[in-house]
Amino acid sequence: MRFGSTVQTSWDWRAAGNFMFGGTGSALILLFAVTFFPGNPSIVLSFVALAIVGLGLFLVWLEIGRPKRFLHVFFNPKTSWMTREAFVAVLLFALVFLNVVTRQPVFMWLAGLSGLAFLYCQARMLRASKGIPAWRLQAIMPLITVTGLCEGASLLFLLLMAMGGGPVWLAYLILVLGAARALAWRHYTTKLPEENAPQAAVDVVNGINWIVLLFGSALPVLLILLPYAGLNALAAVLALLAGWFMKFTIVTKASYNQGYAISTPR
Amino acid sequence: MVVDLDRCVGCQTCTAACRQTNSTPPHVQWRKVLDVEYGDYPDVSRLFLPVGCQHCADPPCMHVCPSTATGQRDDGIVTIDYDLCIGCSYCVVACPYQARDRVDEPTYAHGDIPTPLEQLQFDEKRIGVAQKCNFCSDRVDEGVSQGLTPGVDPDATPSCVNSCIADAMHFGDIDDPESNVSKLLAENKQFRMHEELGTDPGFYYLWGNRDKEQADS
Repeated sequence: MRFGSTVQTSWDWRAAGNFMFGGTGSALILLFAVTFFPGNPSIVLSFVALAIVGLGLFLVWLEIGRPKRFLHVFFNPKTSWMTREAFVAVLLFALVFLNVVTRQPVFMWLAGLSGLAFLYCQARMLRASKGIPAWRLQAIMPLITVTGLCEGASLLFLLLMAMGGGPVWLAYLILVLGAARALAWRHYTTKLPEENAPQAAVDVVNGINWIVLLFGSALPVLLILLPYAGLNALAAVLALLAGWFMKFTIVTKASYNQGYAISTPR
Repeated sequence: MVVDLDRCVGCQTCTAACRQTNSTPPHVQWRKVLDVEYGDYPDVSRLFLPVGCQHCADPPCMHVCPSTATGQRDDGIVTIDYDLCIGCSYCVVACPYQARDRVDEPTYAHGDIPTPLEQLQFDEKRIGVAQKCNFCSDRVDEGVSQGLTPGVDPDATPSCVNSCIADAMHFGDIDDPESNVSKLLAENKQFRMHEELGTDPGFYYLWGNRDKEQADS
């Protein structure tokens, strides 16, 4: 018998901000490496991506109880995905800076790989949180990864559109990633009850089901297919905001803890 | 730690003793006792469930900790180094037992002014970092250094166990087959909380042994 489950309050909007902006920014850097291959993104774009990742990390820094000790975050690469994320973040910033300074594309390619690693670390951070059933399930991994990629593609589309237009395939990438996110979300919502999650957590997730599917996948996919740039941009905005909304909800609202239990003695 | 749920009367003396010993803030209880109703009407019953850090053999809090502040001693006690902890609360969300807290500001039982004991025991190191039950490890270590046996001699035993009026809480070395806790586990039915999560908790609950006890007497 399970009882006493409540929403955790230790990780609030600031932690959610790291998953939202960190995921978007790191995926953006990965997509820079792909989109501008074999060349370089503009320096402005590189700094925009770093600013977004940096904003997420800054929000986490605001949340910790002993901000002056932030360097201690690097002490446990052996087992902590938070430490690994921090190391990858340093690598990511260093590689992008090297690309900006030297204009050698190889640094952007490596930064792209670091961006993917950063995104993976974020997914693993949630997965390692054994106290929160809505985070610890395997299905969180593809969901966080695909969502980050979808957000990154959407933001890149918007940035390039603001700078005069980008490649056509980027719009179709949003379409593919939007569809992939719908599948990952469906997989997540199916698996969550099987994780023995509290019913309240399942209810929160089910409550945003239509928002994620409609605004995060169905409408973006539809609008991308229409031959109007304005509607394509709207598709990207929706895909981006729906991803952030979904992550914010999972981190701050669906995050019921394990609760307590009694079981049959042996 | 072994807790006999058939004996616990829910008096919360262990909670009070823990708070007294460790001077935890008013809203923080390292040793909580939950009042649990179970069963379906009309076959409903009630028990009292002491909870807290389960000192898991495979503690998820330690694995996720980025600063190595959470550690594990050779005797299995899971510890927190307040000087290393950055207060990221990752351990709080990783713990499936709601055993950890983070307190960001000093709070006292009677408003802004601490009681003499609270003043005496105030530890600035505990502000902004994770905190939890440590099985009164200082007391255990001091007792062991004097040749005492944890769980047998009160001076080498956690204060919650010492304070229990119903002899429901027992502490000892589970690796010693002759220890008090090993004998209790060998002779009684038991369960561990959330065992399915693979944390290998060091907290055992004896339950459903009342009929056997009555038959023995």
